[in-house]
Amino acid sequence: MIEVTDLHKGFNGEEILKGITTTFERGKTNLIIGTSGSGKTVFLKCLLGLFTPEKGSICYDGTTYSDLNTQQQRDLREQMGMVFQGSALFDSMTVEENVMFPLMMFTKQKKEEMLERVHQVLKRVNLENAEKKLPSEISGGMQKRVAIARAIVTRPKYLFCDEPNSGLDPRTAIVIDNLIKEITEEYDIITVINTHDMNSVMEIGEKIIFLRYGHLEWEGDKTQIFKTDNEAVTDFVYSSNLFKKVRNAQLKGL
Amino acid sequence: MFYLDDIGRYFLMLKGVFSRMTKGSVLRNLIFKEIDDLIIGSLGITIFLAFFIGAVVAIQTALNLTNPLIPKKLIAFASRQSVILEFAPTFISVIMAGKVGSFITSSIGTMRVTEQIDALEVMGINSLNYLVFPKIIAMLTYPFVIAIAMFVGIFGAYIAGVYGGFVSSTDFLTGLREEFIPYHLVYAFIKTFLYSFLLATIPSFHGYYMKGGALEVGKASTSAFVWTTVVIIISNYILTQLLLS
Repeated sequence: MIEVTDLHKGFNGEEILKGITTTFERGKTNLIIGTSGSGKTVFLKCLLGLFTPEKGSICYDGTTYSDLNTQQQRDLREQMGMVFQGSALFDSMTVEENVMFPLMMFTKQKKEEMLERVHQVLKRVNLENAEKKLPSEISGGMQKRVAIARAIVTRPKYLFCDEPNSGLDPRTAIVIDNLIKEITEEYDIITVINTHDMNSVMEIGEKIIFLRYGHLEWEGDKTQIFKTDNEAVTDFVYSSNLFKKVRNAQLKGL
Repeated sequence: MFYLDDIGRYFLMLKGVFSRMTKGSVLRNLIFKEIDDLIIGSLGITIFLAFFIGAVVAIQTALNLTNPLIPKKLIAFASRQSVILEFAPTFISVIMAGKVGSFITSSIGTMRVTEQIDALEVMGINSLNYLVFPKIIAMLTYPFVIAIAMFVGIFGAYIAGVYGGFVSSTDFLTGLREEFIPYHLVYAFIKTFLYSFLLATIPSFHGYYMKGGALEVGKASTSAFVWTTVVIIISNYILTQLLLS
C-alpha cells in the first residue's frame, strides 16, 4: 500500500499541492483525476520521487521515502515502473532495446535471458512483430504499449501512468486501459494512473481521487462518482456533451 | 547574480556527472557511440576547414611579405606557427562549438522535452552520468582531430604556397622545420584538452537544464554555442598568458 500523508509541494512560492492525504491499494487501479492545473502531474512526480515534497510523507509498503538515503531511494525507484504521457521512449533505440534497457541497467542476466524476458513482455502487450522497429516507426498506441512493456519488464511493485491514453483514439484508449488493469491484477502491483479521461474512469476506476486546486476534493470508486453530490466532481464528470446527454436521459427516466 | 547562479549549477552538474556511475558495459557502448557521433562525424568538416585555413594563411603571409630581403621560407614558418598555435586548436574548436555543441544541446534538450531524462531518473539512473560522462570521455579523443587538423592545415599551406607560385617546395620545407619549438605542440594540446572538456560539458549543461518545448531547444543550442565560444576565447587568453608568457 502507498500511504500519502499531508503532502505539500510548491514552486516559486506558489503552493501546488495543499495537504493531500490518501492511500493506494495493491492489485487495484487507482486513478487521479482533475482538471488541468489541479496538481495531478506534480502529485504523480512526488509519488515517483522526482519532486521532493516540502511537507508530508509518502510511505511505500511501510517504508517512508524521505527517511531513506540516496542509495535506498534509488533501490526503491528500481521497483517502480512509469508510463509517461508522451511514452518517453529512447528514440535512438529499437522497441526491443527500449524494453531491454532496464534489464541491462539493473540485472546481471545474460543477453539471451534478457531477450527471452523482453519477448515475453512484448507478447503480453501484443507487440511481437515490432521488436526491431524504432519508436518513430510505430503508432502512438503501439508506443504506449512499448512504454508499458518497458515499465513492467523488471516486475515492479508500483506502476505509475501519466495520462496513458492521451492522444489515442477511443478504441485504442480502451485497449490500453484494459491492458493496464489486466497487468495490475496479473502482477499484483499498485497502479496509479493520472488521467482526465472519463472513459478510463468508467472502465478501470477501482479507486478514484479527484484533485482540485491542489486539494483532495473527493475520493471513491467508479460507481460512486456518478452518484456523488459534490458539485466540483459533478461539473467535471458531466463536462462532456455525451455524459450530459446520458445524465439528462437518466433524469428523464429514459 | 543570474550568471553566478548558472556557474554554480554548472559545477554542481559536474559533481553529478562524476557520481553514481552507470554500469560499465553500458557506458562502454555509449562511449563508442559518442566517439562515432562527436569525433568521427566531425573529421570531414575539420579536414575541409583546416586545409583551406592553412592555404589562406600561406597566401596572406606571402602577399604581405613584399620586402625582397625577407626570405620566402618565412611563409612556411608563419603558416606552421599560426596553424599549430591558434588556427587548429582554437579556430577549429570554435567551429566545433557550433557543430558538436549544438548537437549535444539539442539531443539532450530533446530528451528533456520528451521526458526521456525523467524516464531515466525514475528508473533510478543518474541521468547526468549516463548522458554527459560518455561525451566527456569521447571528447578526450578530440586532440587527435586537432592533430589531423594541424597536419592538413600545413599541407594546405604547402599546396597554396608552392602551387600558387609564392614559394619553392625546398624553401617551404626548410621554413617548416626552422626554429621548431616542441613545447608549442605541448601548449596547443593542453589547450585542446581543456577545449574538449568545455565542448562536452557547456552544451550538455544548456541541454540538460533547459525548460520548455521545441523553440527552447533551439534557443538553448544557440546559447550553448555562444557560451562555449566565449569560454574558449577567454580560456585561450588565460592559457596563453600562463603557458607562453
